[in-house]
Amino acid sequence: MSAAPPYVARVTNILSISGLSKTYEGGHQALKSVDLDIRRGEIFALLGPNGAGKTTLIGAVCGLVRPTAGTIMVDGEDARRNWRKARARIGLVPQELSTDMFEHVAHTVAFSRGLFGKRRDPAIVERVLRSLSLWDKRDAKIMQLSGGMKRRVLIAKALAHEPDILFLDEPSAGVDVELRREMWAMIGKLRDDGVTIILTTHYIEEAEEMADRIGVINKGEIILVEEKKALLATLGKAEAVVGLTEPLAEIPPGLADWPLALSDDRQTLTYTITAEEAEARGLAQLVKRLEAEGIDFRTLDTRRSSLEDIFVDLVEGSRGGSGA
Amino acid sequence: MNLTAIRAIYLFELARTWRTLFQSIFTPVLTTSLYFVVFGSAIGGRMHEVGGVPYGAFIIPGLMLLTILSESIANASFGIYLPRFTGTIYELLSAPVGVAETLIGYVGAAATKSIILALIILATARCFVPYHIVHPFWAVGFLLLITVSFCLLGFILGCWADGFEKLQVVPLMVVTPLTFLGGTFYSIDMLPEPWRTITLFNPIVYLVNGFRWAFYDIADVDIRISAGLIVAFLAVLIGVISWIFRTGWRLRS
Repeated sequence: MSAAPPYVARVTNILSISGLSKTYEGGHQALKSVDLDIRRGEIFALLGPNGAGKTTLIGAVCGLVRPTAGTIMVDGEDARRNWRKARARIGLVPQELSTDMFEHVAHTVAFSRGLFGKRRDPAIVERVLRSLSLWDKRDAKIMQLSGGMKRRVLIAKALAHEPDILFLDEPSAGVDVELRREMWAMIGKLRDDGVTIILTTHYIEEAEEMADRIGVINKGEIILVEEKKALLATLGKAEAVVGLTEPLAEIPPGLADWPLALSDDRQTLTYTITAEEAEARGLAQLVKRLEAEGIDFRTLDTRRSSLEDIFVDLVEGSRGGSGA
Repeated sequence: MNLTAIRAIYLFELARTWRTLFQSIFTPVLTTSLYFVVFGSAIGGRMHEVGGVPYGAFIIPGLMLLTILSESIANASFGIYLPRFTGTIYELLSAPVGVAETLIGYVGAAATKSIILALIILATARCFVPYHIVHPFWAVGFLLLITVSFCLLGFILGCWADGFEKLQVVPLMVVTPLTFLGGTFYSIDMLPEPWRTITLFNPIVYLVNGFRWAFYDIADVDIRISAGLIVAFLAVLIGVISWIFRTGWRLRS
């Protein structure tokens, strides 16, 4: 387990979801008694395949979807009973590029601020627009902007009322690589300013790059919540593929307690360990043992499993049911 | 009550009007002026007085209502339909904004536009015919109640519609015909039976007559029924809108 990040010291959950369920009219159960706590100041990535319930979960917290059951507490405020206070704390950047296309950038951002009950403040609107490199476009009509710019306008609208929690639903959808990097940098900056960020994504790379913790949702259920580093350490695997000079009839008895597999053609040995084990019984030891056993090899390829591999494993149900 | 949000919605909606000034203000004013030219000046000169009021002046309240009803519905329905259509409704639904703020913002802005239009038409009428308003207090009262009612109706229509076509259907296929047949250009006493009795089932008749009574102290129907009907209509609309927000019908999933 890695060292605890600094925010753990404050131990406060800014968002607590418990028993949250949503069944749509047609009978489709989009959320099945979801429990989830989000810590103050963290970047939390919610991963899941399409239709897993990510957007429904966000919608339920933000007031777009009426939950069938469960409670949502936003920094101590019940999102159903004290919905005004709860919603005022939250900013939402939707997945779709839904914009007032005929409006001007600065006008629409100022409107968002007003809608959330904050007094007019051109200085804050300017600061938000500048932080998103939109200041030069403040008088442009939204319809004239590129897709990436429109995405930034949506982020600016969500930040205009200075929320404590920002939901980003698939922030990189349809965004090119360069802009994605820029967006990640911007999200990092927001976190530095104290904003708690919850993003949904199916780009594993995005979660791997930015998140402090990761939750995996599948078929309306949270199947895992874990610190990213811990997740990679415990569920990630390291693998070494050894190309042998001479085929081996079988694994020598001296290596029997090592996690090795011999290929059908007897030409390669595959060595698989978890990322945690890799520290204790790493590649160097394997090489030494092979030499000690007099086994020559031509090639040695290594790889560590990415979050993507872990995610695919989880979603395929091989490790379901560990709970939040 | 989130007063800042009301102000934001109201000003945002009005800003849309100024941006589309030609369509929002000039077009209806031009259309109504043409009615005055044709019915008031060209044909009206050959018409008798109606209830002691010159024909050109007689049609003013009806013409104002013709514009107010269709514009109120169109503006209010478009105001709420547009964010539904573009998807920006997510922001309204996720904001600390309730039924009251939403209604006052959207319906207030639509009603403001309609009242501005009504006043412009009234001023334009002055160019064609002389008139005198007998009960100005009631005229303002009827104007406000009718405008707000039809803006609320437009709001409901904007929630109900799932395409631009449906948005047009009610104003064009229901309200405009009922207004034309509701005594806008004539007194229903001019109609032969059974049309006169049938016309009494047209609710617009009561609106036109209530408003005309405020202008000239003449009416084809009991104006208490007119006033009662408008208030009842308003209450029903508010009930429907409260239900829409309570259940999230067409707004929340």
